[in-house]
Amino acid sequence: MAKTLFEKVWGDHVVTVNDDGSILLYIDRHLVHEVTSPQAFDGLRLADRKPWRVGSILATADHNVPTTGLESGITDPVSRTQVEALDENCREFGITEFPMGDIRQGILHVVGPEQGLVLPGMTVVCGDSHTSTHGAFAAIAMGIGTSEVEHVLATQCLIQKKPKVMRITVDGELAEGITGKDIALYIIGRIGTAGGTGYAIEFAGSAITSLSMEGRMTLCNMTIEAGARCGMIGVDDKTVTYIKGRPFAPTGSLWDKAEQAWRELHSDPDAKFDKEIHLQAEDIAPQVTWGTSPEMVVPVTGSTPSLDDARDEIQREGWTRALAYMELKENTAIVDIAVDKVFIGACTNARIEDFRAAARIVKGRKVAGNVKLALAVPGSGLVKQQAEAEGLDIIFKDAGFEWREPGCSMCLAMNADRLEPGERSASTSNRNFENRQGVGGRTHLVSPVMAAAAAITGHFVDIRDWR
Amino acid sequence: MKPFKTLQGLVVPLDRANVDTDAIIPKQFLKSIKRTGYGPYLFDRLRYEDVGEPGMDCSNRPKRADFVLNQERYQGAEILIARENFGCGSSREHAPWALDDFGISCLIAPSFADIFYNNCFKNGILPVTLSAEQVDMLFSETNNVVGYKLTVDLPAQTVTTPSGTVFRFEVDAFRKHCLINGLDDIGLTLQQSGLIQAFEGKHKESAPWFF
Repeated sequence: MAKTLFEKVWGDHVVTVNDDGSILLYIDRHLVHEVTSPQAFDGLRLADRKPWRVGSILATADHNVPTTGLESGITDPVSRTQVEALDENCREFGITEFPMGDIRQGILHVVGPEQGLVLPGMTVVCGDSHTSTHGAFAAIAMGIGTSEVEHVLATQCLIQKKPKVMRITVDGELAEGITGKDIALYIIGRIGTAGGTGYAIEFAGSAITSLSMEGRMTLCNMTIEAGARCGMIGVDDKTVTYIKGRPFAPTGSLWDKAEQAWRELHSDPDAKFDKEIHLQAEDIAPQVTWGTSPEMVVPVTGSTPSLDDARDEIQREGWTRALAYMELKENTAIVDIAVDKVFIGACTNARIEDFRAAARIVKGRKVAGNVKLALAVPGSGLVKQQAEAEGLDIIFKDAGFEWREPGCSMCLAMNADRLEPGERSASTSNRNFENRQGVGGRTHLVSPVMAAAAAITGHFVDIRDWR
Repeated sequence: MKPFKTLQGLVVPLDRANVDTDAIIPKQFLKSIKRTGYGPYLFDRLRYEDVGEPGMDCSNRPKRADFVLNQERYQGAEILIARENFGCGSSREHAPWALDDFGISCLIAPSFADIFYNNCFKNGILPVTLSAEQVDMLFSETNNVVGYKLTVDLPAQTVTTPSGTVFRFEVDAFRKHCLINGLDDIGLTLQQSGLIQAFEGKHKESAPWFF
């Protein structure tokens, strides 16, 4: 029988189906960071349990780490305690960790694929909602809470209910400057932040396959912003080429067998989906969020909404509050919005391709006078090293950007990188919630090239017109 | 885990859609390595005029009078009602920990975000999904009647209003079983260790590159 990609991978991991319909699902890869794991390790100790398979786990600190002055360590004592707890837990249980100072340290969702630790057909979990990133490799990758982190540590399994499967097909050709980020935001704008709830989403179509692996990771990263359990893209040459030769990727005859199996990881032609959405790449313009939810998004050529266009009272209420929080009026043209800070980074957009693309925009130019801070924060030590080898750091620094050490940084402002009250950002991260990037901070989500252009001009511009 | 069977509790209405977990418990409190003590910081930005920091004594912090949780009539609420997509965003289990620590045991909304929904069941909190119309009715009744209480019966899967209107809700059999009995699902899964080991052996044969 014809199967979807999701069904193939899911089916390969079902340990047992219990009488009540719940499914015990085997987990191949477990990524662990400092914020959502300490209570799970405490739980193991309290119950005198051990991790089921330590070889399945990779840990690194990313949320709390500073992006400057690494030589003096973490100065915030509370953050330091949390990072030290991760180090200690990894030591105690024998878990592989890339500690601070290791060139491989960085944002887990950048590091995992970079190391070849995420492979097609895997089930991947992490106590972080943006685990969906790894679906770009035809893996079922899900964010979980701390209790489930403990459950996977102790049993190598998750108790699951099978989600429905939706396919979103984007056919056609993307215009120059349109990225995976724009596709993601466009889709969320269409289906809403709860549009994917209860579903696993497969992305397909010529516009999707035209994306690099980095672009696909960006798209899958934001699947969670559409409420979906996970996002996935089938295997093709780009997937295989990306993985080959990475430190933890299989080699020799094992590689050959693996590749053969991976080549089957796409939906069968007659596979049935619970829901199908078709979109045209030509309809996608550069996207900019105007509000406090990723679904509050418009093309850069558009404006903030008119309250009278709200579909009901609840939406009108939400828009009213969002406009007030963002200090924007109805019907404000996006290109008229000026920014105070620019952030290029986060698990959504901190890979080498993101910095190459942004560097092309800023090269030989200067950050606008009204922009107080422009940050470029690589997703890992290796991304940073690669960018520096290509001279990208010089381009950013010459333009007036700060070139930082890897970490989650201003995506969620758990470290010192943040917006001050009332400040407005162009940000390549994934969430524009109230206070997300700092108390009272106002976030506009965009692609790296759109963020770079906003840094140079001081306000949003249509990257398709960039010369 | 504490069990949840039935609850007759005071209802607090949080009239917002897309309440995200950043709003439920802001990031600065995620630096704690404990599971408890988050209650005073629940909805910190919405509840207080100033910005909370971990470890801060909240008893004398200036409160926002317009926020429902600060209003006299809702003190002691155990059931929170909200609009669609409650708990979206970050996977942080600190959100249900904070709700639980504050004293909220049941949430009612037209929809919940997946990860948050799941996290609630691991912490003795029952998230109830009702239709948008039903939730709307609960909002107007709660707003109109001081001391408005609902009765939530998990074994019967019902929510009953003071006037006797009964709403039925759906919940997975496994989740229901664990919540009613306060079961540790790790212990339950480990009872199936043999099955897991057998699966792992076969999986290693068919996909050795994963190991």
